[in-house]
Amino acid sequence: MIYHINVSSVLRKTVCDLYTNLVTRPTGVAVREAIMAALAEQPYPNVAIIDFAQVKLLDFSCADEVVGKLLDAYRDSDDGRPLHYFRIRGVHEGHLEAIEEVLKVYNLAVIVEDEAGVIRLVGTIDDGARRAWQVVNLHGRIMPQEIERELGEPPEGATSVLNDLSARRLVMRRADGYVSLPQAL
Amino acid sequence: MTTVITVPPSLDDHSFEQVLEQLAPVPLDQKVLIDARHTRWSSPYGLTALLTLAQTRGTQVAFTGPETEETASYWQRAGFYRYAEELFEMHGHVPRARPSAAESNVLLEITAVAKSDDVHDVVERIQAKAQQILVNELNLDPMATMRFAMTLSEVCQNIVEHAQTTGWVAVQTYRYRQRLGRRVVVIAVCDAGIGFRRSLESAQGRKLSDRWDDAMALEDAVIRGVSRFRDPGRGQGLAGVRRYVGRWDGKLSVRSGTARIAIVPSWDDDLPLREQLSPLPGAQVQITIPERVAQR
Repeated sequence: MIYHINVSSVLRKTVCDLYTNLVTRPTGVAVREAIMAALAEQPYPNVAIIDFAQVKLLDFSCADEVVGKLLDAYRDSDDGRPLHYFRIRGVHEGHLEAIEEVLKVYNLAVIVEDEAGVIRLVGTIDDGARRAWQVVNLHGRIMPQEIERELGEPPEGATSVLNDLSARRLVMRRADGYVSLPQAL
Repeated sequence: MTTVITVPPSLDDHSFEQVLEQLAPVPLDQKVLIDARHTRWSSPYGLTALLTLAQTRGTQVAFTGPETEETASYWQRAGFYRYAEELFEMHGHVPRARPSAAESNVLLEITAVAKSDDVHDVVERIQAKAQQILVNELNLDPMATMRFAMTLSEVCQNIVEHAQTTGWVAVQTYRYRQRLGRRVVVIAVCDAGIGFRRSLESAQGRKLSDRWDDAMALEDAVIRGVSRFRDPGRGQGLAGVRRYVGRWDGKLSVRSGTARIAIVPSWDDDLPLREQLSPLPGAQVQITIPERVAQR
């Protein structure tokens, strides 16, 4: 299931209905806790779309709480079989600066869709894994053999890189292959 | 007995040290009068630091403001008297507020910051005006408005998270003739709270070195991004501020206790670290962003 979270709406409901900026740590904590409470009620596996489209400003402290700590909390929560996936949407360059900084701090990567709809992978990830993710994203669903063919990876390397992407919740591993998040559910 | 502390004619982050030097030998419970009658100009740092100073004394500080109408009127429009009348025992003429007299150089009049909501308020208020000044007048790229508001948010949050008392923020633009000959936008954020050294000391299990002092606490917080909180995302706010200031060829200075650290751009000749200054509790931050000029 795909679950859409409008961060601006969460901000207005949980902190103040006049705010359009996601600033200060207490605000970030309140928004993150509201998101986590909402996610706890969703069936899984699920892909949460964290939508920043209506948020004017995101500062580092809020990015740390709403992106860094949120993703970090789910990193090891599913006993090695990911049930919660995340995509970030509606970000502009200003948001992205803060998000990239916090991803670095937590050694995380996440799929981001900007205001123009362009999808990319941001955060801490090596070039090989990034290329493999691009292949998955291009095809929607692949088997390790396609990574071998397209990237010239040896069989064990292709499986390993895909499993790593799956463990990091950047692709979904299913019986029929490794699936990009937009096509997963 | 009342000790008279003379405010210099031009009050900025450097000349404010003269105020503190005069104040240093005066016992905390002794009455002082801050005499700004001959002051003709003040930076936002000077005004917010004066308010901070009022919070640090054991007895209420007396204050007499600038004699020149132009200066007094400017201080009024910058929001100084709004809080000065609450903090100081006022002497002499206090200019009346004129609601219609908007000051185009004041991006953000002096504003009290004590809680998270105050930071939201500051950020909401600065955005529209910052766009006009930063992009159209200081020739910074449009993203600068966003980064500027983020910077303001992070430095104001330092008060909320660490000061444990009310602090003050102000943002103004002016022509910086002395060193630069260009327009600048200046953010000043001052509080009389616990300061960086005590804030870092409050971290559980923190081992302090033999030379632990205000200067080292500033180096830890400003240069190394150390925070009293243990979780990894802490300390990023000031690191982000440092990064932005560097990108704008700007200057960041942070004073706390008896030390002051500065990230100094090429257009300035300030010292990166000053120690053994006259004491002032809390933290006082100044960010100076110069007008961008075309490369020749």
